[in-house]
Amino acid sequence: MITESDIERIAELADIGISKDEVPEFTTQFNAILDYFEVLDAVEGESAPVVGITNVFREDEPRPCLTQEAAIGNAGSIENGFIKAPRVM
Amino acid sequence: MAGTLHFSPDDRCNAFITTCKEAPFSDGTLAGVAVAVKDNISTAGIQTTCGSRILKGYVPPYDAHVVGLLRQAGAAIVGKTNMDEFGMGSTTETSAFGPTRNPADPSRVPGGSSGGSAAAIAAGLVPMALGTDTGGSIRCPAAFCGIVGLKPTYGRVSRYGLIAYANSLEQIGPMARTVEDVSRLMSVIAKYDPRDSTMLDRPYDHRPSADIAGLRVGVPEEYFGEGVDPRVAETVQNAIGVLEGLGASTVPVSIPGMRYALAAYYVICTSEASSNLARFDGVRYGPAVDTRKSWHEAYQDLRQELFGPEVRRRIMLGTFALSAGYAGRYYAKAQVARRNISQDFERALREVDIIAGPTMPTVAFRLGEKTDPLSMYLSDILTVPANLAGIPAISVPCGRVDSLPVGLQLMGRQFEDERVVDVAYAYEQEVKA
Repeated sequence: MITESDIERIAELADIGISKDEVPEFTTQFNAILDYFEVLDAVEGESAPVVGITNVFREDEPRPCLTQEAAIGNAGSIENGFIKAPRVM
Repeated sequence: MAGTLHFSPDDRCNAFITTCKEAPFSDGTLAGVAVAVKDNISTAGIQTTCGSRILKGYVPPYDAHVVGLLRQAGAAIVGKTNMDEFGMGSTTETSAFGPTRNPADPSRVPGGSSGGSAAAIAAGLVPMALGTDTGGSIRCPAAFCGIVGLKPTYGRVSRYGLIAYANSLEQIGPMARTVEDVSRLMSVIAKYDPRDSTMLDRPYDHRPSADIAGLRVGVPEEYFGEGVDPRVAETVQNAIGVLEGLGASTVPVSIPGMRYALAAYYVICTSEASSNLARFDGVRYGPAVDTRKSWHEAYQDLRQELFGPEVRRRIMLGTFALSAGYAGRYYAKAQVARRNISQDFERALREVDIIAGPTMPTVAFRLGEKTDPLSMYLSDILTVPANLAGIPAISVPCGRVDSLPVGLQLMGRQFEDERVVDVAYAYEQEVKA
């Protein structure tokens, strides 16, 4: 059973803002979905090593890439050719 | 014969988010053919939104591999089609750009999430389009709108430039009015691309053949059980009867893991989404984040404002399913269930050549009918197994119930996309005659 404070905590972890009004509805929906997920408790079998798959590697060689102008062309805030982000501290 | 295609469609179904009034094209196998592209596939110079406000105004600086191949083949890219926000939905109603309507009945949804692509084809605005299918998003709208849609084998079509939702499940695939056009478009897009490391070098180059004499068709009981509208089930049974008339035989098969499929699918796709969608923070693309606020506050406010409720719900579900203390119960169990379902299909497809059933359990819903998320998820029960198993699956129109289209779903062995196309073609040619 997920509580309203669990929902607020999950939203915080996911960096998803949630308004006070939405919390009860999200909580009800979460509980209905998680009730449905309970069917997985009955799944039998251990996780087996994956077979038939191999890694794909390539040499780490420089290749053509976007120009700086193209790379920052969609950013909302730029300064001196760099992308601006919110402060961390 | 290079040139420019003038495109100004009467888009009363709201199939397009962006249209290109002057679409250039070049010489090639699709020279001058109008092709629409789902709005989660990157198109250099053309806005790509994923149906979300968080990418409004985003213009990709590069083409997805499939878009580059379309251009090389001479296709005219005439627009970007509407979709459920980030592919999260089965109705196209979660789009930030308003719902798409079903050309077969405008009071109904076109299905989703590639609802815009399906509606554009069904309304006659384009002959073919690209969609993407994570849990049925090509096949569901193909069935609801009465067109053909193929989800290729996982690894057959490059995902480079597809804006990711759930990488281990999704594939780009062709949609068209006819099986022949689906096959033509598949021949263009299924070419090796080393930039997608989950891809195999198994190009598709095939002309459909209608000869299916001796084919063994598996009919799983799970596809005709509880929750499936009996009239839809009967329509699909009749379609399977047509295949028998063409010399195929039917064999009962069973996919016991089906009872876990939907839960496993939703745990896996939301988990992958919670990671993939972390990149939408208003820093590198989309409407700008407020850089005066602190990091978490700025992101939380932006993502609350610009993601719709279904996207926020799925990101939160995935975050929860992967969180300490719950990952073992949800994510790890879902992976075991997924492997079991793959093995069920492998086993069944040793006995038969193809598996047939309905694409969707019902006909198209009314607009606004699916308000509860769980009831919307449940409608994906017949399409998600093919994504979990990575096998090819096609939906081909097979009749109507309440004058709404019904889709016959045909699933095959991995990398036998050609065979599912052939069986769909045989059916289509027979009922057309």
